[in-house]
Order: sequence, then structure tokens, then C-alpha cells
Amino acid sequence: MLHIENLRAEVDGKEILKGLSLDVPAGEVHAIMGPNGAGKSTLSYVLTGRSGYDVTGGTATLDGEDLLALDPSERAAKGVFLSFQYPLEIPGVPALTFIRTSMNAQRKARGEAEITAPAFLKLAREHAAALKIDFEMLKRALNVGFSGGEKKRMEIFQMAMLAPRFLILDETDSGLDIDALKIVSEGVNAMRSPDRGMLVITHYQRLLDYIKPDKVHVLAGGRIAATGGPDLALELEREGYDKYARAA
Amino acid sequence: MSLSAALKSGDVTLLPGKRDEDWKWTDLRGLLRVLPATAPALDLAGLAEGPFDALADQRHVVAGGHENVAIDVPAGSERAVALRVLSRDGGALAGKVTINVGPGAKLRLLESYEGDASAYVTDTAIIFVLEAGAAVERVVLAADGAEGVNVSQAQVTLSPGSEYSQTVITNGARRQRIETQVTHPGAEAKLRLDGLYLLEDKRHADLTTVVLHQGVDGATDQFTRGVVRDQARGIFQGRIVVEEGADRTEARMRHNALILSDKAEIDAKPELLIFADDVQCAHGNTIGALDEEALFYMRQRGLPEAEARALLIEAFVGAVADRIGFEPVRDIARAWAADRLRA
Repeated sequence: MLHIENLRAEVDGKEILKGLSLDVPAGEVHAIMGPNGAGKSTLSYVLTGRSGYDVTGGTATLDGEDLLALDPSERAAKGVFLSFQYPLEIPGVPALTFIRTSMNAQRKARGEAEITAPAFLKLAREHAAALKIDFEMLKRALNVGFSGGEKKRMEIFQMAMLAPRFLILDETDSGLDIDALKIVSEGVNAMRSPDRGMLVITHYQRLLDYIKPDKVHVLAGGRIAATGGPDLALELEREGYDKYARAA
Repeated sequence: MSLSAALKSGDVTLLPGKRDEDWKWTDLRGLLRVLPATAPALDLAGLAEGPFDALADQRHVVAGGHENVAIDVPAGSERAVALRVLSRDGGALAGKVTINVGPGAKLRLLESYEGDASAYVTDTAIIFVLEAGAAVERVVLAADGAEGVNVSQAQVTLSPGSEYSQTVITNGARRQRIETQVTHPGAEAKLRLDGLYLLEDKRHADLTTVVLHQGVDGATDQFTRGVVRDQARGIFQGRIVVEEGADRTEARMRHNALILSDKAEIDAKPELLIFADDVQCAHGNTIGALDEEALFYMRQRGLPEAEARALLIEAFVGAVADRIGFEPVRDIARAWAADRLRA
């Protein structure tokens, strides 16, 4: 599924990713943990093609296809979805309109037919109910005036609607209380499937109590400094990132 | 100093220009070295339909040979009137429109400026008088030619309990100014002044408003948005004066503009001059580029860049069109704006 090899990237001329290699096979959930400034968010932006994040070396492929050569919207159409740490407000564009326009743009890029209005609304009602989102909220401008928790829930809603093949969750737990964390995690877990991969980026172990990873990687100094099972997350929670930060 | 005085006398030194504070950004004196000859009479038979004709029960035209129009709405009655100002063949046109709206009467005025590709000079003076409890909704669609010069000045006098709502939508001209001056008695009269300018190439649009609040309990709500690209220039001058004793005035003024190229320009002068003690007044003015972070977010969800930009701009512009009360007119305004944005 996702294959990253010796990836190097810089922001404003400063190298942040320094030869990062990582494999996430289909059907698996991998967690990326690491201290602040290690390059966790940079990795998510490089994979999704944000401008200002310049790749200087290495490769990133999804099922053998070069992601780095594609425009952000083309990567989305290939099935890459990023749940933002700080979701943006889109003034004047109702959430449902935005999601339907995005969905149809992706379908068009893949040569598929547009979704019909009734089919779209049925899907939206189902996913909104599962995530305990008031349907009226979906008629409001996306994220405008929403609380931090509502914005995160809206990210998961969009993810459920767009049904991407590869999910990147960037600090999805930040700003969530326990109840919201449970709902969001259930939403994410419902998307686990044998043909879907996930990268869960988090600073704290807490989220991993709810979304159980198959593997945990420590990102420090722009590289994967250690890889282990779920136990590694618990160890990091106990002992901190010091030893990896120093080694880097 | 005014365009109408210059047109009447043929004396270009009477044109307003840089030295007049209120005209410093729309300099006609520096632009026009000679004034064109008066526009010849236009044959109204066989004239193609205007943008609002189908929605009106009365139609009026201001054009060469048809300079004066009077619209009278008797007490308690309702009218939907289409008013077209037609600028043609490089001529000079000085139009005058007087509008009286009787007590409790309602007028929906659907006004269009339609210019051809020639270097015409048009000046239109419109006098509105609203009697007690009268209501006017005025929608102006200004579709001038790229070489035209067009000035439209409206003077509005409100009465107690009357209501005046206005939306001006324009894509500018070589030089264009659409000005509205309102005398507001307070006394539960309500005023809404909205504007939208969508400018490209070297087009210029100047939306100027002056509101004088002269009595207690008046309300004014003003909302203008603009989008400029290429080397276009947009101007917003909004002045609200709350005179001494005009207490409990509520006045709100907002102007937001998007600049989509380095060579485009916006000049904005929002002014609140308050001489009363007990008022609620606010103004907000923002000028900026499209939010790049929002664009990346939209592209990440699968929208190609051009589509993401168009969606953001249409939403930005739609907020003004949404305030038009009558839905068929709102649809025409939205469609016209969308056409200009996609051009």
C-alpha cells in the first residue's frame, strides 16, 4: 500500500525529513509518535502535496503509483485523505455542498459517474447519525463557528463520506473531550478494512487506547528512530521521547 | 463640479477630479479632454429586452432623446418597474429620473445600465422621495462597456417608517461611479445599502455612499464586497454621519474585498462621523487575497485548484446577492455574477 523510501523534505530551506522510510501495508493501522518538531505534520503535508513543503529526495508511492508527482486534488482522487490537525473554515460553502462537490470532483477524476442527489443525502444521513452530527449543522458553512471538537467530527464525517483508500490522521485527538474522542475513534475504527491503510499521527498515547495500531513508529530527527508493537506507545508514555531525541 | 454641469455647458473644467476630495480616486477631469456630442435620439421600437423586463409591470428607458423619466407610485399601491439606461455610439447622455413613492406604497425598482463598446459618457441623476411607510427595493445591474464613462448619482429622502433597500452589482467601466446619498430621518426608517463589484482588465468602479442620520431611532446596514483582478481598480467610499441628537441610531458598515492580482487595486474609505451620544455603530473593512490554506484544504478533498478558487469566490460574492429580497432577481444577480467570475 503506502511505501516511503529515504524521503527528504525541507520547509523554507530547512531540512525537516532526513531520509524517512516507512511501509504501511493494506489492512494495517500504523501510529507515528514523536516529540514536537520531529516532522510529524511535515510528513502529512508532504504526502498530500502542500506547497512550501519541498521534496528534495526519496520516493512515496501508493500501490506503486508515485504520489509526489501528483497535484493535491489528484492524490485525493487516488484515495489519500488527510484529517487536518486544524481543519479550515470555508465561509459561504455549506458542508453538504462542499462534500458533494469534492466527491463528484474525485469521481470525475477517476472517470466515474456523479453521485445522485438522493443517494448522496441517504449516505450523509447515515454517516451523520453514526457520528452523532446534527443534520442541520451540515447545512451551515463548513467549520465556520464550529467548536474544535465539531471540526474534528466533521473531518471524520468527510472521511466516511469520501471513503478514501489511505487515511492520515494528524493529531485527531487534540481538542477532543473523552466523549467526543470515543465517537471519533468509533468512526475511524468503522473504516478499518483489509484494503485500507491508516497512518495515525499523535503526540500522546491516549488516542491509541481507542484506535489500536498494528505498529508504532517513533519519528525523531526527521527519521523513523524506532518501530515496535502497541507496547512501544506505552513505553513512550512512561519514559518520554528523550532517548530518541538525543540519539537523533 | 459635476459631470452633469460639464455636459450641460460643454466646459471640461467643470468636471470633478483629483482635487475634489470625494472624487480623488475617480478623476474625470484628467481623463476627459473633450466631451462627446449629445447622443442622438434612440429609436425605442424594436429594442431588445432588458435583463429585468420580464419581472416588471412598467418599463422605462433613459437614452438619447429620452432623457427624462418620472415614476410615481400612488399611496398604498405596488409597482415593479424596470428602468434601463442605454449608452450608445459614443454619445453624451444626461438623464434625469424622479421617483415618488407615496405613503405606504411599495416599489421594486430593477435598474440596468447597458453600455455598448464605444467611448460614451453618461450621467444619470435619480431623485427618490419615499413618503411615510413607503418601501423601495432597488437592484442595480451595471453592465457598462470597457470604454464607457458612467456616473449615476441617486439622492434618496426617507420619511418616518419608510424602508429603502439597495443592491448595486457592477463590473465597472473605463470610469464608473455609482453614488447614493440618503437623508435619513431616523423614526424607525430602515436603510440597507449593499454593493458588489467584480472587476477585470483595466476596469474601474467606484461605489460611494453618504448617509445622514438626522433623527432618533434610525437604522442603516451596509454591506459591500468586491473582487478585482488584472489591473482593475475598485473604490469604496462609505460615509455615515450621525447628527447631533440622532440618538439610538444603529449603523453597520462592512466592506470586504479580494485582490486576485498584484496589479489590481482597491481604495477604501469607510467613515463613521458620530455627533450623537447614544448610538450603536460599527464598521469593518478587510482587503486581502484568497486564503491559501483554505485552498489547500479544499484541494486535499479532491477539488482541482481552479474549481476550489471559483467555489471560494462565488461563496464570497454570494453573501451579498443572498440579501436581495426577491428571489427571481436574486437568481439573475447570482447568474450575472457567476458569468463575470468565470469569464
